[in-house]
Amino acid sequence: MSVQEVLPLGGLTAEQPGPFRADHLLVAEMVKPGSKVLDVGCGDGDLLQLLETRGVDGRGIELSREGVNRCVAKGLAVVQGDADTDLVNYPDDAFDYVILSQTLQATRQPKVVLENLLRIGRRAIVSFPNFGFWRMRLQLLIGGHMPRTDNLPATWYDTANIHFCTIKDFVELCDAIGVKMERAEALDLYGRPLRLRLPWWVWNMFGEQGVFLLTRGGKK
Amino acid sequence: MVGVKSVPSPAISADDRSHEVDHPSSQVAQFGADQPLRLDCGVDLSPFQIAYQTYGELNADRSNAILICHALTGDQHVANEHPVTGKSGWWDTLVGPGRPLDPRHYFVICSNVIGGCMGSTGPASINPATGKVWGLDFPVITIPDMVRAQAMLIDRLGIDTLFAVVGGSMGGMQVLQWTAAYPKRVYSALAIACSTRHSAQNIAFHELGRQAVMADPDWHNGAYADQGIHPHRGLAVARMAAHITYLSDAALHRKFGRRMQDRELPTFSFDADFQVESYLRYQGSSFVERFDANSYLYLTRAMDYFDIAGDHGGVLAKAFADIETRFCVVSFTSDWLFPTSESRALVHALNASSARVSFAEIETDRGHDAFLLDVPEFLDISRAFLQSAGKARGLTGKEG
Repeated sequence: MSVQEVLPLGGLTAEQPGPFRADHLLVAEMVKPGSKVLDVGCGDGDLLQLLETRGVDGRGIELSREGVNRCVAKGLAVVQGDADTDLVNYPDDAFDYVILSQTLQATRQPKVVLENLLRIGRRAIVSFPNFGFWRMRLQLLIGGHMPRTDNLPATWYDTANIHFCTIKDFVELCDAIGVKMERAEALDLYGRPLRLRLPWWVWNMFGEQGVFLLTRGGKK
Repeated sequence: MVGVKSVPSPAISADDRSHEVDHPSSQVAQFGADQPLRLDCGVDLSPFQIAYQTYGELNADRSNAILICHALTGDQHVANEHPVTGKSGWWDTLVGPGRPLDPRHYFVICSNVIGGCMGSTGPASINPATGKVWGLDFPVITIPDMVRAQAMLIDRLGIDTLFAVVGGSMGGMQVLQWTAAYPKRVYSALAIACSTRHSAQNIAFHELGRQAVMADPDWHNGAYADQGIHPHRGLAVARMAAHITYLSDAALHRKFGRRMQDRELPTFSFDADFQVESYLRYQGSSFVERFDANSYLYLTRAMDYFDIAGDHGGVLAKAFADIETRFCVVSFTSDWLFPTSESRALVHALNASSARVSFAEIETDRGHDAFLLDVPEFLDISRAFLQSAGKARGLTGKEG
């Protein structure tokens, strides 16, 4: 039975989900079916739609009003909110997973946000663009200007991304706040995982983005 | 000499309105002495009646019922011609064939609130104990009282769980009260342009309206029915003041600006020179044709007392602890009566309860009244929310 068949009304219909982004598919693969998930910075709700096809109870927070309204018009449980200020409203252990997809670099306090993710969720999935990617390095080294890529096309003066980091930086932050990395993946330019088990420095050089499945570690 | 024209007299006779009070052109559920309505003020109201309209049909497993809660001056005539004014239903943008609440798929119910004047028992009804109109002898009612009465109606209709409870403004307050009081009976809740508590500013506006009514010599301490009159002027002024709060500066400016009414130059009088004055006078005079002054006092009072957190030790999230109801909260950017900040506070409390909630703020310059108007983004969101909830509930359309 298709989605369309069970909708009680005609008119506006939930957009047929898919095709899905490679990084979203990887994130979705990390989430156990049937779990409860909060997607922080859920954009137009593409990842939430993907998760819902897998029986996940998904919720979202999105900063832009347009994004929120598009999500709600798809029938998703999304609220307008800010990762920096609104995560405090959620109780401990409210979700099985909290996802921060391509949003960490746009927060004012990435460390506090990360801590909140793992307070609200028993696990967190964080993906972010890797500023250690060789093309980024090359643009800065040879070109002498702030890197811009197809995935990060904004100029330095109009970008919402204020806290870029490399995969190496992120791993160090996780260590510093006692977060355990259960799984780490680096994605190439096309969003495909670098499947080989390679040393960190290779990932940091050739991964265009990093995707991490995190759990609470012991106190340091 | 300065020309003065007071608010025009109503064109519809008081008889039309007062006939609806006890003999409504709606279905009526009577509750006898064995089923009193327990009011928050400590009084058992008995007997009493609830007037209601329904649209569509209840399905075999009784899972497609939607209760609409009306706003302060609304009534049960959501999507049919109004028996007193002859106007079309007040929410026919939302309810009707092809609309988000389509009676071909849902069983839509709307009842006149307790304290109202369109057929449910209120201060304009006859007090069976005295054979006279209740007037100020009617007990003060609250939003929880209204909802308690609605729950009795829903019981009477043989419905255990409502698929959705939907309402804006005072109707939204009732939606929230439903979820706080009967969480298991509400599968989904669409709360629009409302708040979990009435703000000081809103109480102040209501007090202004009530004082206008009570300052009218025709009010007679609420016993005007015995004199066969109605405090039209006071109630019209109350309505005019309230109506301003339902709009926005931008909407008034767009609609009227400083344009003159049927004249080029000022008349140097207190006549309605400006279109906006003429419009407000019309709003006032058409309102008194269909509404009872005491009912206005009681219903505004009910809104003033509303404070869900206050009923739960001051912690709003406690009201919604472990709730499984699916919520959709909607606010409008130019609504300064129930501003977005109020909805956001509600959403934060729902998040703290891990409730499933969608929250959309709609950009419009049409003010609080936007929820009654044809605002496509709002209607799309309402439709999608109910569709999504319907899917989760296993409701399938007949034409699905």
